[in-house]
Amino acid sequence: MKWFGFIAVFLCGSLFIYGTVEFPGWGDPLSPTSTHVSPYYIEKTMEDTSVPNIVTAVLADYRGYDTMFETAVIFSAGIACLFLLRQMKRKKTDFRLYRHTATGITFRIEKGGKLPPTAKEFERIDGLWTPYDLIIKTTGRFIIPFIQIFALYVIAHGHHSPGGGFQGGVILGASFVLFAISHDLRSALNRMSEKLTAFFYTLGVYIYAGTGALCILLGANFLDYSALATILFVDPVTARSHGILIVEIGVGIAVMAVMVILYYNLVSAGKFDEGL
Amino acid sequence: MVDLLTIIISKYNYWGYIVLMMIGLYAMIVKKNLVKKIIGMSIFQTAIIFFYVSIGMKKNATIPIISHGHDGGEHAVHAVDFINPLPHVLMLTAIVVSVATLGVALALAIKVYQQYNSLEEDEIDSQIKVK
Amino acid sequence: MSQHFPAFIIVIPLIAAFFIFTAGWLKRTYCFYIAAVALAISLFSSFGLLLQVLQNKVVVYHFGGWSPPWGIAYRVDYLNGIVLVVSAAIAFLNLIATKKSVEKEFIERVGPFYALYVLFVTGTMGIVVTGDAFNLYVLLEIASLTGYALIGMGTEHAALASLNYVFMGTIGASFYLLGIGYLYIATGSLNMFDIASILPNIFQSNVVLFAFVICLTGLFIKMALFPMHTWLPNAYTYSPSPAISLIAPLTTKVMVYVMIRILLSVFTPSFSFKSMAVNTSFVWLAVIAIVVGSILALSQQSLKRMLSYVMIAEIGYMVGGFWLANRAGITGAILHIINDAAMTLCVFLVAGNILYRVPGDSFDNLKGLFRKMPFSMGAFVVGALSIIGVPPTCGFFSKWYLITGGIAAGHYGFVAALLFSSLVNVVLFFRIFEIGYFEPFGDLHISGSMDEEEKTFDDAPLGMLVPLMIVAAGLIALGIYTDTLVTKVIQFAIPGGIS
Repeated sequence: MKWFGFIAVFLCGSLFIYGTVEFPGWGDPLSPTSTHVSPYYIEKTMEDTSVPNIVTAVLADYRGYDTMFETAVIFSAGIACLFLLRQMKRKKTDFRLYRHTATGITFRIEKGGKLPPTAKEFERIDGLWTPYDLIIKTTGRFIIPFIQIFALYVIAHGHHSPGGGFQGGVILGASFVLFAISHDLRSALNRMSEKLTAFFYTLGVYIYAGTGALCILLGANFLDYSALATILFVDPVTARSHGILIVEIGVGIAVMAVMVILYYNLVSAGKFDEGL
Repeated sequence: MVDLLTIIISKYNYWGYIVLMMIGLYAMIVKKNLVKKIIGMSIFQTAIIFFYVSIGMKKNATIPIISHGHDGGEHAVHAVDFINPLPHVLMLTAIVVSVATLGVALALAIKVYQQYNSLEEDEIDSQIKVK
Repeated sequence: MSQHFPAFIIVIPLIAAFFIFTAGWLKRTYCFYIAAVALAISLFSSFGLLLQVLQNKVVVYHFGGWSPPWGIAYRVDYLNGIVLVVSAAIAFLNLIATKKSVEKEFIERVGPFYALYVLFVTGTMGIVVTGDAFNLYVLLEIASLTGYALIGMGTEHAALASLNYVFMGTIGASFYLLGIGYLYIATGSLNMFDIASILPNIFQSNVVLFAFVICLTGLFIKMALFPMHTWLPNAYTYSPSPAISLIAPLTTKVMVYVMIRILLSVFTPSFSFKSMAVNTSFVWLAVIAIVVGSILALSQQSLKRMLSYVMIAEIGYMVGGFWLANRAGITGAILHIINDAAMTLCVFLVAGNILYRVPGDSFDNLKGLFRKMPFSMGAFVVGALSIIGVPPTCGFFSKWYLITGGIAAGHYGFVAALLFSSLVNVVLFFRIFEIGYFEPFGDLHISGSMDEEEKTFDDAPLGMLVPLMIVAAGLIALGIYTDTLVTKVIQFAIPGGIS
C-alpha cells in the first residue's frame, strides 16, 4: 500500500509539474491574471469605495457576496460542531469539587455536604486534576487585554492597513482561547458562556446578511452599500466605505465567536467540562 | 539547457505547491491513523492556498494598499505598481473554509473515538468485522 | 420586488437559518415553522424565476450592483431554472414529510438540525443559481459541510462513514478549486461566462486542458461516479433518515448539473466534445459505473444500502447520456437529473417511513409491510416502477431519451448497459415486493405464534404520508408532462452547435 501510494502520488505530481510548463512566468506583469480583471480593482477602488486597502474593498464590496457565504461557512461549522458533539444532558455526579485558591488544595464535597460560604476563596472545578499554575494565569491575565485591543485595532483599521474582520476576529477569538487555556474551561465559560457565544455568532452573520437585505429595502440590489447613503446621510462612495466597515465588524464578531465555540466543543468533546 | 533553466526559474514556485499537495495526498492515501489523515487533508488545502497566493505575485510591485495622506492629495494609480489583490481575497475565503472543514473533521474524529476507542483504521475495521 | 428573486432564493433561507438557530434555544417548536416559511418563499421565488426565464430567456442579477467580471452575478437560464424549481420543491416537500421523524430522532437537537437543513438547501440552491466559478466553490463547501454534519449524526458507523466522506469530499472540492485556479491563470477571470468568452483564443494551451481534467476529476469524486464512489454507500446507509431523503436526491444530482454547466457554458461544446475518442471513453466509464452499480446492488441485504448502489448506477446514466454528445443524450441527461431527484426522494422517503415504524431496514424487517403500511408501500411501488422505467412514470421517458441518444451516437455498449440495469432493477425491486407482499410479518419460527396486532394496519402518520403521496403523484405527472417539459424548457438549455 505504501509503495503503491507513493508511486501514484509521484506520477500524479509529475503530471502536475508537466502541467505548469505553459504557465505564465512567476510574477509576470503581462500574464492574463495581471491584465484582465484585477487592474480595474487597483485603479478604481479609491474612486468607487474610497478604501485604500484594495483587498478589503474587493473582499467586502466587489465580491462581498462570497464573503457573506464565507461567514455562513464558519457559522455552519459552529452549528455542525454543536450538533455533532454537544451533550445536552449533563452527567450528574454525587460530589462537587472545590479548590482553595490560595493553597491549591482540592476539596471534595459529597452530596448533602455544606458548600463553601464564599466564592472568593474557593473556586469550583470539574475534574480532580485541573491544571493550575499561578505564573501562567498571571501572564495570561496580563497579556490578554493587549491581544484584544490589538484585535479591535485590526478590525477597525482594515480599511487602511492589512487587516479586517477575519484577521481581527481570529485574534480576538485566540484571546478567549488563551484565557481558557491559562485558566480553565469553567472560568472561561463564566466569562463567555455558551449561549453568549451562540448569540454572538448569530449576531455577526445577522449584521452581514441584514445589511445586504437593508439594501434591498432601500431599493438597490442585495449588498449594494451605496443605497445606505440615504440613511447614513453621506454620499454613495463614503456609504460604501461605511458599509464595508459594518460588515467587517459583523464578520469579526462571527469569526471570534465561532473560534471560541469550536474550541469549547472540541476540547471537552461536547461535555463542557475540563476535558483536556 | 538554457531553456530548461528559464523554465525552472520562472516556474519553481508552482512546483513547491505541487510537492506540498502531493505530501498531503500521500498522507491521506497511505496513513492509517485518522488524525494523520486529517493533517494530510489540511496540508492538501494549504497547498492550494499557496498556489493561489503565488498567482497574485507581480514583479516590481508592492502590496495592494494605495498610499494616501490627508494632505498628499490623490495621484494616479497604476495597476503595474500593485500586486493582484484578487487571489488574496479568494484565499481568505478558502482559509476560512479549510478551518471550518478541519473543525468538522475533528468533531467527527472525536465522535469516532468515543464510539470505537481508537483512531487507527485497522483496529476500527476489526471491531466492525467482529460485530 | 420580482427582480430580486435570484437573491431571495438564497438569502431568505440563509437569514432563516440564523432565526432557526436562535429559536432552538428559546422555543423548539418554532424551528420547523420558520424553516417551512423560508423554504416556501424560496420555492415560490424559483417558480417566479422560471416564469421570468420562459419570458426573457435569461435573468441576471448583480450582487452589490457590480457588473460581472468584477462583481458576482447570478445568471438563470433554462438549464438552471428548471433544476432550481425541482431542488426547491424537493427541499420543501421533504421538510414537511419528515417533521415527525425529526421530532423523534433529534429530540434536543431540533434547532441545530433545522439550521443545518436550511443551510444545506441554501448551499445547494446557490450552486445551481450562481454564475461565478469561485462562488460555486464556497457554496459547494456550505452544502458539503452541513451534509457531513447531518450524516454524522446517524446510526451505527455513521461518524466513521461521514469522516471518510469528509476526506473524499474535500479532495473533490479542492480539485475543483484547483481547476478554477488553472482557469484563472489562463484567463484572469472568475465569471463563468466571461471565461467562456476568453477561452476560444487559448483552446490549444495545455493549461486549459489541465484545468478541464482537474475540474472534471473533482466533480466526478463529488458526484460519486464509479470508481470514486466509495464514500457514498456507507454515508447514505448510516445517515439519519430525515437527512438522507434531502441529501440523496440533491447532492449527486446537483453535481451532475455542475458538470453539465461547466462543460457546456464554461468550456463550451466545441472544446468539451472536441475529440470523439475522449467522449467515448467517458461513456465507457459510465457504462462500467452502471454495470458495477447494478451488480453490487444485487448483493445487498438492506433497503437503504441497496438504494445507494442503485443511485451509483443512476449517476452512470446521466454522465453517460451527457457524454454521448448529441441532442437526445443531453436531453435525457438533463431530464434524468430532474426525474432521478424526484424518484430518489420518493424511495428514500418510503425508507424513512419504514424506519419510523420498523426497527431496521434489512430485508427481513420488510416482511408483510404491504399489509402493515399499504400507502407507503404503494408509493414505493410507484418509485420503483419509475426507477425500473415503466411508463407512464417519469423514469421511462428519460431512459427513452438516453437510449435514443445511445443509438443515434452508435454507442451500443451504453444502450446494452441501460437495458441490463433496467433488468437488474426489475429483479431488485420485485424481490422487495415479494418479501413485502407474500411473506408474513415477523419471523414465525422464532416467535412461535404470529402476533395479531403486528399484522394490522399501522402506516406512518398522515403528516408523513400526504407529502409522500404528492411526490408519488408527481412522478406520474412528470412522466405525463415530459413532452411539455422538453419542448418548453430543456431543448433551449442545450446550446446550438449540438445535433
